[in-house]
Amino acid sequence: MPASTSQKVSLWRRLTDWGATGFAVLAAILVIVPLLAIFVYLVIKGIGSVNISFLTQTPKPPGELGGGMANGIVGTGLILAVASVIGIPLGIGSGIYLAEYGRNRFGDLIRFTADVLNGVPSIVVGITVYSLIVIRQKHFSAFSGGVALGIMMIPTVARATEEMLLMVPNVIREAAYGLGIPKWRTTLSISLRTASAGVITGCMLAFARVAGETAPLLFTAFGNQFWNLKLNQPTAALSLQVYTYAISPYDDWHKQAWAGSLILIVLIVGAVAAVRITTSRGRLKGA
Amino acid sequence: MSDSVDPMNPSQPLGRLPKPVTSMPSLAKVDAGRTGNKSTGALEKIRNTYPRSSRIPDEVFRWIIILSAISVFAIVLLVVWELVDKSKLSLHQFGLHFFYGHDWDPVNDSYGAMPFIYGTLVSSLLALVLAVPLSIGVAVFVTEMCPQRLRSYISFLVELLAAIPSVIYGLWGIFVLAPLLRDYVEPFLAKTLGWTGLFGGPMYGLGMLAAGIILAIMIVPVIASITREVMTAVPQNQREAVLALGATRWEMIRMGVLRNARIGIVGGVILGLGRALGETMAVTMLIGNRPEVSKSLFAPGYTMASVIANEFTEATGDMYLSALVEIGLALFIVTLIVNALARLLVWSITGGTARPSA
Repeated sequence: MPASTSQKVSLWRRLTDWGATGFAVLAAILVIVPLLAIFVYLVIKGIGSVNISFLTQTPKPPGELGGGMANGIVGTGLILAVASVIGIPLGIGSGIYLAEYGRNRFGDLIRFTADVLNGVPSIVVGITVYSLIVIRQKHFSAFSGGVALGIMMIPTVARATEEMLLMVPNVIREAAYGLGIPKWRTTLSISLRTASAGVITGCMLAFARVAGETAPLLFTAFGNQFWNLKLNQPTAALSLQVYTYAISPYDDWHKQAWAGSLILIVLIVGAVAAVRITTSRGRLKGA
Repeated sequence: MSDSVDPMNPSQPLGRLPKPVTSMPSLAKVDAGRTGNKSTGALEKIRNTYPRSSRIPDEVFRWIIILSAISVFAIVLLVVWELVDKSKLSLHQFGLHFFYGHDWDPVNDSYGAMPFIYGTLVSSLLALVLAVPLSIGVAVFVTEMCPQRLRSYISFLVELLAAIPSVIYGLWGIFVLAPLLRDYVEPFLAKTLGWTGLFGGPMYGLGMLAAGIILAIMIVPVIASITREVMTAVPQNQREAVLALGATRWEMIRMGVLRNARIGIVGGVILGLGRALGETMAVTMLIGNRPEVSKSLFAPGYTMASVIANEFTEATGDMYLSALVEIGLALFIVTLIVNALARLLVWSITGGTARPSA
C-alpha cells in the first residue's frame, strides 16, 4: 500500500500546489471585489438621489438643482417595447427554423450568421440603423433606437429557442404526428410550448442585455430633455442620460447619474433574477 | 453521468452535456445541441400519410419560419452593405493609407486611423493580459476547489458581472477607479516599474491603463464562464486517474484538466477579445479620448469605437462621415474574423460529432 506517498511529495511540488491554490483563491477574490464595489457604490451614491422628483420630473437645465429622469425611464420603456416587438418574434422564428428545419447546410449558414450578428459591436449596429432609417427619415427617433436594440436581441433569442427546442424529446413530436396533428401545430402548440420556460428565459436575457445598451442609441434615439411619447421623435433613455450626466462637469448631474444607474440596474437585475426563478422552476430535463 | 464516458477520448463528452442558458450563448454548449435530434426520417414518413389539404398551412408556416431565418442573414448583409456603401468615399480617397496614416484632421479633410487602431489593440491586449489569468483562476477555483455550497453563489455573481451595462462600468470607472489609479496605483507603478517606459509621464487617472482595467473587468465573465463549462466537461475519471498516479491537486488540474480543456479555453479567450475590441461606452468614458500614439500606459488614447461614439453625430462633411463609417467597417471585419476563429476552434474540438446528421 502506498500509504506514505503523501509524505514523499517533494517540497517543490507541495509549494507549487499551495501557490496554485492561493492564486485561484486570490483570482476569485479579485473578480468579486470590483463587482461588490460597483454595487456598494451604486447603492450608496444612488439611493440618496432617488426621490419622488427624480422619478416624476424631466431634467432641469444645467446649473439648476433638482429635476429627474422620468422622461428617460419612459423613453427606455418605449424603445425596449419596440425592440421586443421586433426582436422576439424574429428571434423565436429563426430559432424554430434552426431547430426544426435547419439540420442542413443552409441551417449552418444561418447559425453562423446569428453568431456573427451576436458579435457585431453595438456601435456598428448603431451606424447601420442610422444610415438605414435616420438618414431616410431625416431625424432621430425612438423607433430607430428600438430597431437597433431589436436587431441585437435576435441572435440571443434565436440560439436560446433553438437550444430549448432541441431538448424537447422527439417522442413527443412523433406522438403528435401520430395523432394526425399538422407540423405547424405540433411545432407551436407542442414543441414550443414544452420548451416555453427556456424560451422565455432566453427572451428575458436578451432583454436584460439590451436594456442598458447606450452606444447604438447615441445616434438613433439621440436623447431628449423633454417628454416624448411619439415613436418618430428623438427620445430620452436612461442609459443615454446616465452617460451625458456622467461626463458633464456638474456635481448635481453626477448624483443623478448614480441614481439613474441604480434604477437601470434594479430593472436589469430584476429581470435576471426573474430568469433564475423561471429556470429553476421549469427547466427541461435533458432529452 | 461522466463516468459512463469513454476515458480514451476526453474531448467527446463536450458534445453531450445539455447546459442551462446563460447570458452568453456559449460555443461548446451550442454545438451540444446539434447532435440532439436523430430520427427525423420516421417523422417524415408519418407526415407523408397526411391528406394533401393539411399540407397547405404547413407550407405557409414553413415559409414564415424560413423568412424569419432569412431575416437574420439579410440583416447581416444589410450591415455590410450599408457600411461599404457609406464609406466608399473615404475608401477611394485614402485607400490603404487610411490604416497607417497618423493625422485625424476634419478641418482639412485628411484622415488616418492609426491612433485609433493602436488604442483599440493596446487597450484590448492589456485587458486580455489582466483578464486571462484571473478568469482561469476563477474557473479553477469554482470547478475544482471551492465547497459545493459556495459554487452556485460565485457563478451567479460572475454572471451578474456580465449583466451590468457598460455605461455603469464607465460611471464607476470615472468616479471610483480613475481617482484610485491617479492617487495610489499610478504613482506606485511609476516608482517601481517606471524604468520600462510603459509607466511614465503625467498621471491623470483617465487613460489607457484605466480603459484596460475596466475592459478586463468586463470580459472576465465571458472567459470565465466558457472556461468553467469546458472544464466541467472533462470527465471525472480523468481527474481520478491523474490523482491515482500520485499527482498533487495542482498537477491534476494542470495535466488532467487544463491540458484537455485548452482549446476550449483559447476559444473563450478569443471570444473575450472580440468583446473587448467592440466595447464602446466604458472605454469612451475612461480612455481620455486623445488621438495619440504614446508608449506610456498612463497617457490618454482613443479607440475605434469611441471615436465613432464621440464624433459621429457631429460629423458635418461627407468625407468626415465616410471616414468614421470606414472605421466602423474595419471594426466589423476585425470582430468578424475574431469571432469566426473562436467558432472554428470550438468546432475543431467537437470534431466529427458536431457535423449535422442530415
